[in-house]
Amino acid sequence: MHEMAIAEGILDIALDYAHKNEAEHIRKIGLLLGEMTGVETEALTFCFTSLVRGTMAEGAELALKRVPLIGHCAQCGRRQPIRHYNFICPACGGGLAIVSGRELRVEYLEME
Amino acid sequence: MEIQVMQDILGKNDEVAAENQALFAAKKVFALNLLGSPGAGKTTLLEKTMAALKDELRMAVIEGDLFTTKDADRIARYGVPVIQINTSGGCHLDAPMVQSVLPRLDLDALDLVVIENVGNLVCPAEFNIGEDEKAVVLSITEGDDKPLKYPLIFKESAVVVLNKVDILPYTNFNLEAATEDIATIHPGAMVLPVSSTTEEGLFAWYQWLRQAVQKKREGYSE
Repeated sequence: MHEMAIAEGILDIALDYAHKNEAEHIRKIGLLLGEMTGVETEALTFCFTSLVRGTMAEGAELALKRVPLIGHCAQCGRRQPIRHYNFICPACGGGLAIVSGRELRVEYLEME
Repeated sequence: MEIQVMQDILGKNDEVAAENQALFAAKKVFALNLLGSPGAGKTTLLEKTMAALKDELRMAVIEGDLFTTKDADRIARYGVPVIQINTSGGCHLDAPMVQSVLPRLDLDALDLVVIENVGNLVCPAEFNIGEDEKAVVLSITEGDDKPLKYPLIFKESAVVVLNKVDILPYTNFNLEAATEDIATIHPGAMVLPVSSTTEEGLFAWYQWLRQAVQKKREGYSE
């Protein structure tokens, strides 16, 4: 249940930006969640909802965008989706390095 | 108004992890983040490791535990410095927790710090604590499907210790299949079948640790 730690991270970032931009209310928080991150989205939403009570982000919507796991083969240069967590290049047998899919990131904020 | 942020949610943790890592680098101490499920045998592996290597490597242990000092008490018997971190129910160690206890270790007098994380295959994989490497202990009784079910922790770990191989004949654990799955998730990861009870295979684990410590020492003395 590290979703609470992640929810706290999200709120810290959102409040920080809201203060910097002199906003009064945070309406929406856009998140990028990589396919290869151990985040249970239901638990995250639950933690976030209870965490933001009484803050500027109370009632804010969490907009989750999943980022697919994509790899790059150092050997043959192909860029391809990684399926079933198999990091061996199906074309040449080389190792696939992660290009995307490990994101745990606040992408944007909507404030007023 | 909408503003672009593009900030990593665990960015603060990563910053502190980088500070811990810089400290370990300056002191030439190899820091190992030891992971695995509850009951996989992390503490037993550590006990065997201390008994075998404590006269050869200057070690200390940081014990992550939900509430108790049971593991720290086991470690203390070996005369190795041990520091307990209670996460009070938290499912993983994070970099600030480790940073807060590092001043209590005499890093100048150490070669190796093993940080035994909270027993869990999910959460600790997401949190860097400033380690040089992660090692995960997977025991035979947990089943050979675990690498594919919890791929991140196997992707992150340089070494996978397959523990309790002495009971392989009594289970349906397929050692070949598990090794193959680990190799596809993390090509190049080292898989070490061991039994902490019979001490089968432990030599390879000790060798890996010895080499890691030596590499760390030399890497910064050039």
